[in-house]
Amino acid sequence: MIKKEITCTVCPVGCLITITGDQAKIHTLTGNQCQRGIPYATDEFIQPTRILTTTIPIKGHRNARIAVRSTAPIPKALLFDALSIIKKIHLTAPVNHGEVIVKNILDIGVDIIVSGY
Amino acid sequence: MIKTDVVIIGAGAVGCAIAHHLSKHMIDVIVIDKSSDVGGDASKSNSAIIHTGFDAKPNTLESMLVVNANPMYDQLVADLDIPFQRVGAIVSATTDEEAALLPKIEAISHENGVFDVEILTADQVKERIPQITDQIKGGVWVPRESIIDPFIMVVALAENAVANGVRFLLGSKVTDIIVKNGAVDRVITETEEIQTQYVINAAGLHSDDIASMIGSIDFTVHPRRGQFFILDRSSNLETPHIILPVPTKKTKGKLVSPTTHGNLLIGPTAEDIQDKQDRSVTKEGLDEVLHGVKKLMPAIDVTYAITEYAGLRPTKTPEGYEIYCSDTTEGFVNVLGIRSTGLTSSIAIGSYVVQLLKQNGLQLIKKPDYIAKRKGIRKFSTADMQTRKQLIENDPRYGNIICRCETISEAEIVKAIHSLVPATTLDGIKRRLRPQMGRCQGSFCTPRLIQILSRELNISPDRIRKNDKGSELLFHREDKP
Amino acid sequence: MKILDYDVVVIGGGPAGLSAANTAKKNHANKVLIIERDDALGGILQQCIHPGFGLHEFKQDYTGPEYAYRHIETIHQNNIDVFLHTTVLQLMDGSLIAVSKSGLMKINYRSLVLAMGCRERTRGAIQIPGSRPAGVITAGTAQRLINIQGQDIGKNIVILGSGDIGMIMARRLTLEGAKVLAVVELLPYLSGLLRNKVQCLDDFDIPLYLRHTVIDIVGNHRVESVTIAPVDDENRPMIDKAWSVPCDTLLLSVGLIPENELTQQLDIIIDPKTRGPIVDQTMQTSCKGVFACGNVVHVNDLVDHVSAEGAKAGKHAAIHAQTKTDIISTQTRIIPKEGIHSVIPQIVIQDEQDDMIQMALRVSTPAKKASIIITSNDDILYKIKRNHVRPGEIQMIKIRPSLFKDLDQVSIMMEKES
Repeated sequence: MIKKEITCTVCPVGCLITITGDQAKIHTLTGNQCQRGIPYATDEFIQPTRILTTTIPIKGHRNARIAVRSTAPIPKALLFDALSIIKKIHLTAPVNHGEVIVKNILDIGVDIIVSGY
Repeated sequence: MIKTDVVIIGAGAVGCAIAHHLSKHMIDVIVIDKSSDVGGDASKSNSAIIHTGFDAKPNTLESMLVVNANPMYDQLVADLDIPFQRVGAIVSATTDEEAALLPKIEAISHENGVFDVEILTADQVKERIPQITDQIKGGVWVPRESIIDPFIMVVALAENAVANGVRFLLGSKVTDIIVKNGAVDRVITETEEIQTQYVINAAGLHSDDIASMIGSIDFTVHPRRGQFFILDRSSNLETPHIILPVPTKKTKGKLVSPTTHGNLLIGPTAEDIQDKQDRSVTKEGLDEVLHGVKKLMPAIDVTYAITEYAGLRPTKTPEGYEIYCSDTTEGFVNVLGIRSTGLTSSIAIGSYVVQLLKQNGLQLIKKPDYIAKRKGIRKFSTADMQTRKQLIENDPRYGNIICRCETISEAEIVKAIHSLVPATTLDGIKRRLRPQMGRCQGSFCTPRLIQILSRELNISPDRIRKNDKGSELLFHREDKP
Repeated sequence: MKILDYDVVVIGGGPAGLSAANTAKKNHANKVLIIERDDALGGILQQCIHPGFGLHEFKQDYTGPEYAYRHIETIHQNNIDVFLHTTVLQLMDGSLIAVSKSGLMKINYRSLVLAMGCRERTRGAIQIPGSRPAGVITAGTAQRLINIQGQDIGKNIVILGSGDIGMIMARRLTLEGAKVLAVVELLPYLSGLLRNKVQCLDDFDIPLYLRHTVIDIVGNHRVESVTIAPVDDENRPMIDKAWSVPCDTLLLSVGLIPENELTQQLDIIIDPKTRGPIVDQTMQTSCKGVFACGNVVHVNDLVDHVSAEGAKAGKHAAIHAQTKTDIISTQTRIIPKEGIHSVIPQIVIQDEQDDMIQMALRVSTPAKKASIIITSNDDILYKIKRNHVRPGEIQMIKIRPSLFKDLDQVSIMMEKES
């Protein structure tokens, strides 16, 4: 059994939600002032995900780097693994806004695309 | 090994003024400094005032040099294009006790040969400086007290010296002076070995370290730290004149001064410290400055502060100027005890030292092709529209504004990087042109300045420094393509 | 000197300016120009590579560059003129002087939109004691160096201030391989958005020290350490409880200041609270035909609000450019009182449409439960309850201008409920 405190970011209230449970199942969830906190805190407890954004070196562009992002949130635990793949990439202009740079990174069904211009 | 006639150690105001005077003659001169730019320690962080010597201790070498230096500035700033204004100062008494001292101040001025001072009534002071305290009791008007851009002054002296053949060896600390048969032979630095006939010790704060390289010394030098604020132009505070406090037995007090760039300068503290590198500002020091200047100008408001800094004035024990040829080592000249008045006196010290060398057998023949004039970088911000148009036509980089606070163009920055005494660091550019000195303090232009420096010096951005070695702004990145 | 004529001229190509220009065009302004000193449109969004933009406006979680890109596409579709690498030197009534590498130009305008954004507060402005080594840098400058220029600004970092950019940079630097040792905040509460604390600090176990400050910077050439101390109720550092943190970089995220040096050339009235021009609900300043929007007016928390202000300014700039005569209307001054730091607009004018207007408030202290009240003398004209208000987050309220009809001024305040 694990106990975790999660600050809800769905709205500015910022409820401190306390969850107990194990890897895949929630036992108790307290501290939420509204229903919207439940799915948020559940996701944060079982598998928190984040959008990954970083930059890639680029030649022939007005800037030395261009911004990239993951098309969807990826598990928080995989952020640094994904980064280590992206860090190996060097681009040469022109690249298009929205162009896919890494298809299906870490086999999790998420692409890395150019978000800069 | 490099060979020369004269080595000057120290590229502050004094060292550069000596170089400037020597460069009029057919001799070879090298100026050495541990820092990577000219400007020294005390010369770049001070109250930026060219004094008259009205309050000096009469009948001293210091009073003689300061009093005689002041009239030399009109010609100097015209020849070398240095920002300078004869704004005048008012010694301002804010209590009856202070007011009682004003006649004595006048008397000392006269004893120093400064006769153009005048005692003012409270109303007269208030009329000249409307924002001065209502507690004002009277003052002494000192018309020739002036303000200068101290850094440009040093750069101008150095550039003019270079134009006349003087070499600068910067960023190379002197580690030893070799004496042979009782005479100066070689100066050893971190990077060079220089054979020379004469060595001039103009090392200010470090003049004791240099002097002790040729033998034992009977004096010490420690830093006296002075903390200052610079207030933004947009503050509603202004004074057309320098406001000096009436000095008490305990302290010389805090002053308020306009600067040649339209800001307001307030300070300094006078703290005797030991560490020759400790240029930190302290809360106590800044509070003391504020407390002191509010007595003169109660409206002063530090929400308009754009920067605070501390300068280190070399303080010799025993105090007082001493300029002499060593009687044990032939060819070694000490220029010692040059304290806060040194910015003013430097130009007189320069000619005093040249005379001293002459008396000691240095052959001085005037250069027939001496270049007397130096022109600073043309500024976009102060030019009129017609001139601006021409500047851009001749060099389109004048139309690329890099510093928005001070309206400084790429052309000016590039020119500073490639000038006779090149600006190779962010501070070097800042002191010559003033980007990073405006209200944003470089948060907008710093990344752009790094790019321009890197491009013009053809070095990687992570080698661009704030000032000396070890002050790199960026770290080396492993994943660089 | 080249002379050009435009109906609407927008100074600044960031989110406020982009939105203003697009909306001016939509409202039939004929010739619209954006003047931008950078080499591309987008302003600060170019370096804000993190997500969280456009949640209100597009119902999408865009990154800064993506959000900017959507607006820039519209600029191109609308055939709006854009001068890049161009700096405005001087503002005059009806015209301005700008400069680029191709020379000086005089640009005549019917309406002007000020959208210059803001700048960062610096070390000098907050007087941090200590030495002056390399390695003391504002968060936005660091962001540009890292995200645009691809540089490495430090390895071991302390951040002063809990503003949004500081927290976002804490995450960014951690992802870049640096170690963020502490985020230090003088106030008893966060300056930025709560979600940034969760996603930028908590995610990476970066400690946040509220009611603490940096009391010393040590290092001759590069930062070697900083000293952190808790502060008492009067914000005085408690020296005996201070500790030293070895680090190479101090990042400052201590606030933003609207950039109004150009504005002052037109003698436009500035609000000392926001440090931006006083505006009415059309975003018109005290100078007829001159509008302002975004962070040049007041520092916003969300880009969506900036764009909304830009749209208002753009619309009314277009209308002004096409109107031959000025409409004279009565004005009500909105005075922030207890609990309210500032309010935009500061002036409400009466017009026939009487459309709902949005007011943006910054409260001066946090409150769990509070009422926002607008009064005239002792009459309560408006009252709304709000939960969990914080100075870091702007409160929006909607009112009808006719509520203030015939009133010279009204007061707005926050009442905390226990």
